[in-house]
Amino acid sequence: MANAILLGPAGSSAHELPFFSSRIPAGFPSPAQDHLEAQLSLDELLNVRAPHTYLVRASGDSMTGVGIYDGDLLVVDRALPAYSGAVVIAALAGEVFVKRLQQDARGICLHSANPHYPPRQINAEDELQIWGVVRHSIHRHGQHD
Amino acid sequence: MTEPAIALIDCNSFYCSCERVFRPDLNGKPIVVLSNNDGCIISRSEEAKKLNIAMGAPYFQVREQLRRQQVATFSSNYALYGDMSARVMQVIESVVPQIEVYSIDEAFADLGGLPEPLQQLGDHLKQTVLRCTGIPVSVGIAPTKTLAKLANYAAKRWQERTGGVLDIRPQPLREKVLRKLPVDCVWGIGPRLAPQLLALGIRTAWDLAQSDRQLLRKRFGVVVEKTASELAGIGCLQMDEPASARQSICCSRMFNRPQNSLKALQEAVASYTHQAAIRLRAQGSLCRQLQLNLRPRQIDGHRGGWSAACPLPYPSNDVRELSDTAQHLLQAIYRQDQSYSKAEVLLLDLCQPGEFSDDLFLPRQSNASQKTMQVLDQINARWGRDTLRPARVPQQAEWNMRREMISPSYTTRIDQLLTVKAE
Repeated sequence: MANAILLGPAGSSAHELPFFSSRIPAGFPSPAQDHLEAQLSLDELLNVRAPHTYLVRASGDSMTGVGIYDGDLLVVDRALPAYSGAVVIAALAGEVFVKRLQQDARGICLHSANPHYPPRQINAEDELQIWGVVRHSIHRHGQHD
Repeated sequence: MTEPAIALIDCNSFYCSCERVFRPDLNGKPIVVLSNNDGCIISRSEEAKKLNIAMGAPYFQVREQLRRQQVATFSSNYALYGDMSARVMQVIESVVPQIEVYSIDEAFADLGGLPEPLQQLGDHLKQTVLRCTGIPVSVGIAPTKTLAKLANYAAKRWQERTGGVLDIRPQPLREKVLRKLPVDCVWGIGPRLAPQLLALGIRTAWDLAQSDRQLLRKRFGVVVEKTASELAGIGCLQMDEPASARQSICCSRMFNRPQNSLKALQEAVASYTHQAAIRLRAQGSLCRQLQLNLRPRQIDGHRGGWSAACPLPYPSNDVRELSDTAQHLLQAIYRQDQSYSKAEVLLLDLCQPGEFSDDLFLPRQSNASQKTMQVLDQINARWGRDTLRPARVPQQAEWNMRREMISPSYTTRIDQLLTVKAE
């Protein structure tokens, strides 16, 4: 069974200062007053405000093995050098894919994470551009709103 | 004292490059971007330049050529270019201590006192911007701003030899570059001045740098004199302080076709006033005067426009107040028998709240109105621009600019992100 650790509430995305007890209680002071900390921020965690971070949307089911599903949002880092084993955004012959990059003595290969999709070996005549490295994927659960 | 060193970092074919970042299929292919209203060509990729497609060429004249030569053609997408520009500037700022953003696609950076060789720093800047944003830039390094501009121009012009980065501080390289570049390549010397300089025997940038500056001042004024000094390596233009608040704000657009109905003009004027007021509040200013210009469609030799201005009852940033005034001005100058191709709303005489006014008894903008505007801006910041707007501003305007070939706003709209295939 998977465990989840509760981290606390997430802050809104605008960079706001934490709200320190502007209201002065008439009765007893809040015991939490000296323990207030900045709110958690998903912006900060995913680093989406960095100039080298881009959001893209995945389409298709070839990467379900690494937890990327059709319609998921991907947080892509363009500054991070691609490494073997990374999930990358790759432009191949003008088309843009999300694949797992593998680089070894045999050369460069783009892998899917779904047995229905065969790996694609990159040949000398292929025009491959690594557009960025996928750092996070955001998946929506259930049918809310 | 440290030797002065200024870099100009300039994006190559910026708008085309922005489009290409999200369209890898266009790598190595010709691209052009059209001005507002799909009027004329304002950006060309290197491949498009090689096809002899002229800068500024009207779209309707070159449409057939673009189609035949399979040039990817885009309407301008300022949401995308603005966001990519901010990214480029942020990356540059993370590498160098002080920058001055000069335009949407270029910035000066003060490199004085940074460790040599600066050529290497230039290479690093270029590589970092390219890696983080996908936008190619050129870097020119020199002791003055005007020389840095010229170095950048040279870096682009001799791309193969310079690799897009050129430091012209050392002699004799600087002299060699200046001797090779005609005087009209110099920043601030336009096609109008160049022939006049030529008449004096000033043909190249080097000639201008060597000219008698007293004479230049007498003949052409202080600007050209300063340009010559800068070319000679004497800094006259300082690195700018961060931009100060503007003294006037202008919002103007061409209509997709000439408009004659009062309703369309009212909507347009309301929209532009709304936009201008947003910018006014963003810089924390109040406005004391509003001017409205309408440009008639040019028929039977009638040129120029209609214009009217009116002071506001008190300095204000309330869009309702500004809109009222703008609509009154429109009623005053609108003529039923005339078609108009453009409207322009100008906010003038700006001041800061609390600034001294001439009239002690002048009414002031109410606190309630201030609060309302704050709430308006907060709602739009949170839920997207134009969520809350004056009722006269339509959601879809008939008169709005033609932008038939616009690309998705890949970086600013969650419903228009780049789609990547997991197939």
